[in-house]
Amino acid sequence: MRIAGRGRIDRRSPVRFRFDGIDYSGFQGDTLASALLANDVRLVGRSFKYHRPRGVLTAGSEEPNALMTIGSGAGAEPNVRATVQELFPGLEARSQNRWPSLNFDLMAVNDLAAPFLGAGFYYKTFMWPRAFWERVYEPVIRNAAGLGALSGAHEPDRNEKAYAFCDLLVIGGGPAGLMAALVAARAGADVIVADEDSRMGGRLLAETFEVGGRPGVNWADNVIAELNAMDNVRLMTRTTVTGVYDQGTFGALERVSHHLAVRPEALPLETFWRIQARRSILAAGALERPVAFRNNDRPGIMTAGAVRAYLNRWGVCAGRRVTLFGNNDDMHRTARDLLSAGIHVVAVIDSRHDAPDGRGYRVYKGAMVCDSSGRRGLESVTVRSIGGEDRIATDCLAMSGGWNPTVHLTCHLNARPTWREDILGFVPTPQAVPGMSVAGACNGAFSTHDCLREGAAAARDTLEDLGLRAAAIDLPEAEDAPHAISPLWAVPGSGRAWLDFQNDVCVKDVRQAAMENFRSVEHMKRYTTQGMATDQGKNSNVAALAILADVTGRGIQDTGTTTFRPPFSPVSIAAMGAGAQGKGFAPERFTTSHKASAERGAPMIEAGLWYRPSYFPAPGESHWRQSCDREVNMVRTSVGVCDVSTLGKIDVQGPGAAAFLDFVYVNTFSTLKVGRVRYGLMLREDGHVMDDGTCARLGDTHFVVTTTTAAAGQVMRHLEFVHQCLRPDLDVALTSVTEQWAQFSVAGPRSRDLLNAVLDNPIAVKDWPFMACGQVFVGGVQARLFRISFSGEQAYELAVPARFGDSVFRILLDHAEKIGGGPYGLEALNVLRLEKGFITHAEIHGRTTAFDIGMDAMVSDKKDCIGKAMSRRPGLTDPDRERLVGLKPAGEVQLLVAGAYLFSPGDDPVRVNAQGYVTSVAFSPTLGHMIALGFLRNGPARHGERVRMIDHLRGLDATCEVVDPVFLDPEGERARD
Amino acid sequence: MRITCPICGERDRREFYYQGAAIALARPAPDAGEAAWDAYVHLRDNPAGVTRDLWQHESGCSAWIVVTRDTVTHEVLDSALAADIGMEAGA
Ligand SMILES: [Zn+2]
Repeated sequence: MRIAGRGRIDRRSPVRFRFDGIDYSGFQGDTLASALLANDVRLVGRSFKYHRPRGVLTAGSEEPNALMTIGSGAGAEPNVRATVQELFPGLEARSQNRWPSLNFDLMAVNDLAAPFLGAGFYYKTFMWPRAFWERVYEPVIRNAAGLGALSGAHEPDRNEKAYAFCDLLVIGGGPAGLMAALVAARAGADVIVADEDSRMGGRLLAETFEVGGRPGVNWADNVIAELNAMDNVRLMTRTTVTGVYDQGTFGALERVSHHLAVRPEALPLETFWRIQARRSILAAGALERPVAFRNNDRPGIMTAGAVRAYLNRWGVCAGRRVTLFGNNDDMHRTARDLLSAGIHVVAVIDSRHDAPDGRGYRVYKGAMVCDSSGRRGLESVTVRSIGGEDRIATDCLAMSGGWNPTVHLTCHLNARPTWREDILGFVPTPQAVPGMSVAGACNGAFSTHDCLREGAAAARDTLEDLGLRAAAIDLPEAEDAPHAISPLWAVPGSGRAWLDFQNDVCVKDVRQAAMENFRSVEHMKRYTTQGMATDQGKNSNVAALAILADVTGRGIQDTGTTTFRPPFSPVSIAAMGAGAQGKGFAPERFTTSHKASAERGAPMIEAGLWYRPSYFPAPGESHWRQSCDREVNMVRTSVGVCDVSTLGKIDVQGPGAAAFLDFVYVNTFSTLKVGRVRYGLMLREDGHVMDDGTCARLGDTHFVVTTTTAAAGQVMRHLEFVHQCLRPDLDVALTSVTEQWAQFSVAGPRSRDLLNAVLDNPIAVKDWPFMACGQVFVGGVQARLFRISFSGEQAYELAVPARFGDSVFRILLDHAEKIGGGPYGLEALNVLRLEKGFITHAEIHGRTTAFDIGMDAMVSDKKDCIGKAMSRRPGLTDPDRERLVGLKPAGEVQLLVAGAYLFSPGDDPVRVNAQGYVTSVAFSPTLGHMIALGFLRNGPARHGERVRMIDHLRGLDATCEVVDPVFLDPEGERARD
Repeated sequence: MRITCPICGERDRREFYYQGAAIALARPAPDAGEAAWDAYVHLRDNPAGVTRDLWQHESGCSAWIVVTRDTVTHEVLDSALAADIGMEAGA
């Protein structure tokens, strides 16, 4: 029911919306919850387990009942709290967890079965048969007990991540937070104020108090206006600080455009912030707790503070005949505000014998509400007092069990809150979060005066830490009522009295848990599911603790709380993972020849983040093998061009460069002549192979190291480690130049012809022997040429500054094609290297040693190097280790596969008998059969033997002959040609 | 978590690569024997309290940094360039 003259809504802007297919009207400034209440919609959802009818309980983000699905189609958002969702024109909301409809929910039979559905029900009932759990019980339970569901479609909305830095983060924009922000901002601090509400002001928006002689909300608006005008202040509304992390890092969720009917293209739906603050002030306020009594969960039963908020902020009353029930003075404010708005207050039922007298309303002192009735909403309550039981007709019960300081964020770094008996609430333990001060209601200081005072004081302390001076500031006058309360957690009596509304946990469930010896609060929580719903027990945890404390005979402090973890309120995975959908999941690295390769229809293969052409299909080719075989033949008979820029390139310069390389490679580089290249092998310090590659000496103190594509980052980091941590005495500088140089392999008997067609000055055979390197020019551009070969053919690698990569690649292909050559891809590159027995990370996979790959002779005796000491361990040099061999088919089955295991022919092919394994395979068009590299026990001594290759997964069994890993041109004459 | 790079200043920990205990700085002599090498390569303490770790400011200036921190309180107590520590030890 809308109340004339009340509320801070814009009555000139009506807003049409729809709930469960029915059209309603509210106003700009309404939440979905206030608009529904204004339209007398009380039944808004069904509970999780018993499917009980439920109405709006609160007016904030702690709402456990009014969860709805907003919108439709792919972007429909489930489990939105109607108390948080701002109304906008055309908003479409649907209730959840009911079938077929909210008013007639078939699953409500669960409520009749309630005696069997108590705490531990699932654990006790679905024990056997075991296999039934997965196939029968779990699907059925999940189907029956659920919240809203996602659409299952791809998320159509865009979310963002953002970062912010400040001197002071103020969490909460109520009286304490605004006062703190004002003091800090006037002193020049860089301040962020984050508040989860759509406007700042906090509780002042929901009250009729005066601050500084004018309505509190006007005071707040003035402060907000002053803060807004300052460059050093950022006010973030609709922003919930969700988590506290180490060293002043905060997570925060900003709901950017959930409240907009039409979302501008530029705006994300939500932004997940990381805020880095030197200091913080928590001014998060407090949350009111319900009282547990029989049937306290009917629609129409709400917290007293929420009833007051709906009246004062939204001009809505949740009923026409309102009754109040509680244990404290604060709820009397609700009675007074209702009366002054002309609403009929039936009675205030105050559990305290010394309760204050009513001012214009009846007070039952020392009385309690012990039951309620009404089918889909409250119709009456039963009051128990010394005089007996009375039934009172009422359509709204405003209840208050006191207020819980919102301490959650102070516990995210593992601190526990402290119980204060005088306010019957937990408050933050001092120094719970380094650099965080606490002010106002979240600190147990409930009066407006205390909030303002603590806010200002916290700001002054903070400023001192920040080295700033606070100007003197007069605190505005405000109410300073004491927090008068006496304990009332659960009204004695039979029947179900709800604690956790969303998860349907009742007082008797907590008692039963304790009786069954789940007495630790953490055990009770898990046994009953108390506090495990989306509100994380914000409405119910403290009462549940109090009841557990009572049953177990311990104090509340000793009983302790469960652990509060981030997030404070739900955060969608879409917001946390913003930007990481689809192509955003991993960056793509493209070589400079990418476009030219794509134009030729080359399918790409991912190599780490790189995209490399797999093969270049020629007209008429329909299978990758046709292209690959052709490209291999092309390189072996003419010339091929392949982009090898993805290999890591590390520039090593300085007087200490040669000594440094001697230390990181097993072999020696100080003896390498300028203008020459050498193959090098690096070990890890544990003696296993890290990586291999070439190292070229461009000058006396200038080398270029190449790494494999996969290990480029790892090797760079390793070299920096060795230099900075182990050999800082060496004067050497390391720079990754992988991205700076485009590098192309030009391989094949006609490679020199191709180069001479492209280079500004032809190269002479005598000047460019195998493993030479030096400077050349292409179209006037200074380039580097390396005569190295990964194919076994006469070959070169031409490196040009990356900006020329695209054009040089195209020029090379143009000329190559004129002489019967062309581009080749990664598949052909792999076949070419396998035919030559060259290894890749398929072979140096982290468990192989230099000995295993037949390179132990490279480990220099004349110097120390990384990994040398450990590589000499007996276990790493045992001849019976699995060592590199070549394999070729020697039986009927000609197919070889990588990953298969090797067995001696007579052995049972089981794991314990495995003699080795296959690492790489390819069909060799040069040899006309498949070839493989693998590791075999004592392999080098077994050339000529037969072994069985068995792949248990693919059901393959092939006889192989063990051969030398170099299948082609073992003398290496072609490369030297 | 925030780590102060002696060169770049305070940065988010995601800019850093974590290596492990700073024992890696104390590389034994080649002939130090199996036990010393085993300890260097394999044996690590797992302290509840102050620990010294090696991190690299990989997304920043590439500096290797020795970070002293408390595994219980998560406090970062100190950070220093590994190269400086190595030079001092060598000098
Ligand atoms: Zn740095």
